[in-house]
Amino acid sequence: MLTKVRSFPLLLVLTVLIIGVIAVFIRIGVINDYAAQILSFAGINVIIALGLNLITGFTGQLALGHAGFMAIGAYAAAVSVMQFNMPIFVGVIIGGIVTSVFGLVIGFPTLRLKGDYLAIVTLAFGEIIRVILVNMDALTGGAAGLKGVPYFVSKETIEKNPNAILWVPVLSFIFITLSVVIVLALVHNLLNSSYGRAIISVREDEVASGSMGVGTFRYKMIAFIISAFIAGVGGGLYAFLFNYLNPTDFNFIRSVDFLIIVVFGGMGSLTGTIVAGYLLTYLQEALRFLQDYRLVIYPLLLIIMMIFRPGGILGSREFSPTRLIHLKSFKKALQRETAAEREETK
Amino acid sequence: MLLQQLINGFTLGFIYALIALGYTMVYGIVRLINFAHGDMLMLGAYTGFFVLNAFGATPSTLILALFVSMFVCAIIGVAIERAFYKPLRNAPRINILIVAIGASLLIENGSRILPFMGPNPRQYPQLEATSTITEVMGQRVVLSKQDVIVVVVSLIMMASLGYVVKFTKIGKAMRSVSQDTRAASLMGINVNRIISFTFAIGSAMAAVAGVLFASKYPQVQPYMGILPGLKAFVAAVLGGIGSIPGAMIGGIILGITEILSKAYISSKLADAVVFGILVLILMVRPTGIMGKSLKEKV
Amino acid sequence: MSIILHAEKISIEFGGLKAVTDFSLSLNDGELVGLIGPNGAGKTTVFNMLTGVYLPTSGNISLSGKSLLKKSPHQINHYGIARTFQNIRLFKEMTVLENVMISMHAKVNYGFVSALLHLPAYKAEEKKMRKEALDLLKIFHIDGKQDELSKNLPYGEQRKLEIVRALATHPKVLLLDEPAAGMNPQETQALMKLIRFVRDEFKLTILLIEHDMSLVMGICERILVLDYGLTIASGSAADVRKNPLVIKAYLGEEVEFGA
Repeated sequence: MLTKVRSFPLLLVLTVLIIGVIAVFIRIGVINDYAAQILSFAGINVIIALGLNLITGFTGQLALGHAGFMAIGAYAAAVSVMQFNMPIFVGVIIGGIVTSVFGLVIGFPTLRLKGDYLAIVTLAFGEIIRVILVNMDALTGGAAGLKGVPYFVSKETIEKNPNAILWVPVLSFIFITLSVVIVLALVHNLLNSSYGRAIISVREDEVASGSMGVGTFRYKMIAFIISAFIAGVGGGLYAFLFNYLNPTDFNFIRSVDFLIIVVFGGMGSLTGTIVAGYLLTYLQEALRFLQDYRLVIYPLLLIIMMIFRPGGILGSREFSPTRLIHLKSFKKALQRETAAEREETK
Repeated sequence: MLLQQLINGFTLGFIYALIALGYTMVYGIVRLINFAHGDMLMLGAYTGFFVLNAFGATPSTLILALFVSMFVCAIIGVAIERAFYKPLRNAPRINILIVAIGASLLIENGSRILPFMGPNPRQYPQLEATSTITEVMGQRVVLSKQDVIVVVVSLIMMASLGYVVKFTKIGKAMRSVSQDTRAASLMGINVNRIISFTFAIGSAMAAVAGVLFASKYPQVQPYMGILPGLKAFVAAVLGGIGSIPGAMIGGIILGITEILSKAYISSKLADAVVFGILVLILMVRPTGIMGKSLKEKV
Repeated sequence: MSIILHAEKISIEFGGLKAVTDFSLSLNDGELVGLIGPNGAGKTTVFNMLTGVYLPTSGNISLSGKSLLKKSPHQINHYGIARTFQNIRLFKEMTVLENVMISMHAKVNYGFVSALLHLPAYKAEEKKMRKEALDLLKIFHIDGKQDELSKNLPYGEQRKLEIVRALATHPKVLLLDEPAAGMNPQETQALMKLIRFVRDEFKLTILLIEHDMSLVMGICERILVLDYGLTIASGSAADVRKNPLVIKAYLGEEVEFGA
C-alpha cells in the first residue's frame, strides 16, 4: 500500500537539480521575488500538510487546529531568535519542540478516548490559542502583531554587506524547500518502518491493532506529537519568511486550508500532499479575485471529494517520478489505476 | 449581583441545553459530531429575524417565528443529512467528520455571500422591553421579559422532547436505533426515516435556541452559531454524550459557568475556561455526568 | 499438566442484560479445547473478556498465575494471548505481508532513530521480519499473495490470514473465533490438520469457537457448551454430543440423537 521510493539516487539527483535550477532563476531574476515567495510559502504549506496527513491520513484521527500549532511554532521561533539571539535554524527547531509539547498536553487526555474528540478539542484549541497569544502581548506584540522578525539571512550579515539582502529570496527558498525534502524523507522513512505499520494499523482497525500487541494510545500520541512538531517547524519557517506575525493569520480558515491539501492530495498519500500543496497555494494566489468565494468553494470541494473521491485526486497511491519520466507508460499506468479503482468501487 | 448572574447563567444555560440536545441525539444515533449543528442556531435566528421584521415583534409573532424557524431548520437539517451524511454511512468515520466540517463552513460562508443575509450583522427586532425589578434576599434582580420567554419556551421544548422520546412509538424507535441499528432494522424499523427524524428534531431545537438567543443578544450574523455550537457540544460531553437528561444538565451548568467566569474572572478568558472544562471532563470522567458509555460491538 | 489460562466465574452485564454468567475455564498447557453453543450464546463475549476488549463485571482471569483483569488488549497480547475475529478484522488497506509484520512490532529490534534514518539495524531487522512472516504464510499456503492488499483476498484466505497474523505475535494461547466459517468440507479438513500442526509446532494452547461440528468433534480434546451466557455442559466430545441439554439448546427440543 505504501510504495517505497523505488530509485532513491535518481530521486535525489532530480530534486537537487530542480532546486538548484529554480534557485538560480530566482537569483538572476527569471523568477521574480513575489513568485519566489509564493514558492516558499507553498513549501511551508506542504510541510504543515505533511504533518496533518500523518495524524489524519495515516493514523485516522481528524485534527482541526493545525493553524494553532503553526502559530505556536511561529511565535516560539521568532521569540527565540529575537529575544534570545538563537540562530535561525535553531529557532525553527525550537518552534517545533515547543509546539510538540503542546501536542503532548492536548493529546494526552483526548487520544485516550474512543470517539472523535480530537477533532473538537483541536478545533477549540486552535481558537483558544489565538486568544492566549493576543493576551501575551509582552512577548508576542499582542493584537498589533510582531514586527521585524528576521530574515533567513542574519541581521549582522546584512549590516556588513548590504548586497546580502538580494540573497534573501533565494536563501529563503532553498532553506524552506530543503526543509520540505527533509520532512518528507523522515516521514516517508517512518511510515515505511515497523512504527509506521503500527500507526497505520491504528487507522485500519483499532481493536484488531490493540489485540495484535500495538499500544494504540501510544502510537496515536506519537503520531500526534510528531505532527505538532512538524507544524511548529512550518510555523517557524513562516515567521522568517514573512517577517511579521499576527494572531489573526492563524485562524480556522487556515486549518481548513491544510485539510483541503491533505484531502485533495489523498489522505495517506505523501506525494499527493506535495502536489496538492504546491498546486493549491499557486491557485490561491492566481485566483485571488475569488477570495470571498474560496470560503464557499473549499468546503464544497471537501464535501464533494469525501463523497465521490475519498482517495484524493490521485487516488491513495503514491506518485512515482520514475513513471513520469516514461510518459507513455505513465499514461497507461494512470489508465490502469482508474480502471482498477472503478472495479473497486463497484 | 450573584443572583442576577445566576439568572443570566440559567437562561443562557437553557439555550445551550436546547442545542446540546440536538448534538447528543444525533451522536447517539449515528455516532457523528454534527459540526453543522451550531449553524442551525444561526439559520433559526435569521428565520426569526425575517418573520419578526415582516410582522413586527409581538408575543404572537414570536410564537409564529418559533414555529417557522423550527420548520425551516428541520427541513434544512434533514436535507443536509440526506445529501451529505447518508452517502457516507458506511465510510470510515473520518470521512463523515470532514463532510460535517465542510457542511458547517458551507452554511456559514454561503450565508455570508447571500445578499439577503450578508456579511454584516443585523439588528434583531425585540419585544417591547418590559422587565420586572424585584428584590430577592436583599439583592436587586432584573428579570426581563426575554429571560422569562427563554425559560418558558425551553422548558416546553425539553418537556415535549422528553415525552416524545419516552412515550411515543417513534421515540422508542429512536432509542432502539441508537442502541443497536442492525437489530432495530431487523425489527422492521425504517432506520433511515428515524435518523432523518432525529436530525429534524435536533435542528428544530437548535432553531428555537437561535430565536431565543437572538432575542437575548439581539444581533444576527453568519458566524453567530460557531461559539454557542462549540460550547453546547462541551455541554453535551459534560452531561454525557448520548444522554438526553445529560444534555440538559450539562447545558445549564455550562451556562452558569460561562456567565460567572465572565463576571468574576475575565470576559476574554471565559471561552478559555469553557475549553478547560472540556479537557477536564475528558481527563477525569469522559462519559460525563450521566455516564452513558456507548459500546462498540466487537 | 499445568493450567495456563484460568477464568474464574467471569460474568458481564450490558445495561441490565447479563450476557455471560459465571463462566469458568481452566486450559491446560497444550490443550485443544472447543467452545460451542447456539448463536448469541456469549461465546465471542467470552473471547472479548479473555483478551481485555471487555472488562468483566465480576470474576477473575489469569495467565500462568498472572492476573489479566483490567489490562489493556495490547498488554494481554504481550503476556501471550492472541485471537482471531468472528467478523474478519484485517488491516484492509495493507498488504498480506504487512498485516503479519504488524504482529511482530512489539518485539521489533530497532529504535525510532534507526527507523527515521533507515539505518543498517533497520534494514537487517526488516529483512528478518519479512522472512519470518513469509515462513508463517507458507504454512497456510498464502505466501504467494504477500504483496496483495488483504482486502482483495478471497474470504477463505482472509480467514487464514487472520490466523497467521495472530500466530505472528508469538502467543502461548491462541483463541480462534469460527476459523472454519464459510469453508467447504475439504477446506475444513485441511484446516483441522493445520490447527493441530500449529499447536504441536509452536507449542500452543488453543481455544476455539466453532459451529462446524465435524471440526469441533474432530480435533477438540474437550468441549464447553454455552447457552444464554451459561455453561450448560463440559466434557469430551463423546459426552457432549449425547448431553440432552446440549441437544435441546441447539434443536430446541429433546430428541434422541443417533450416536
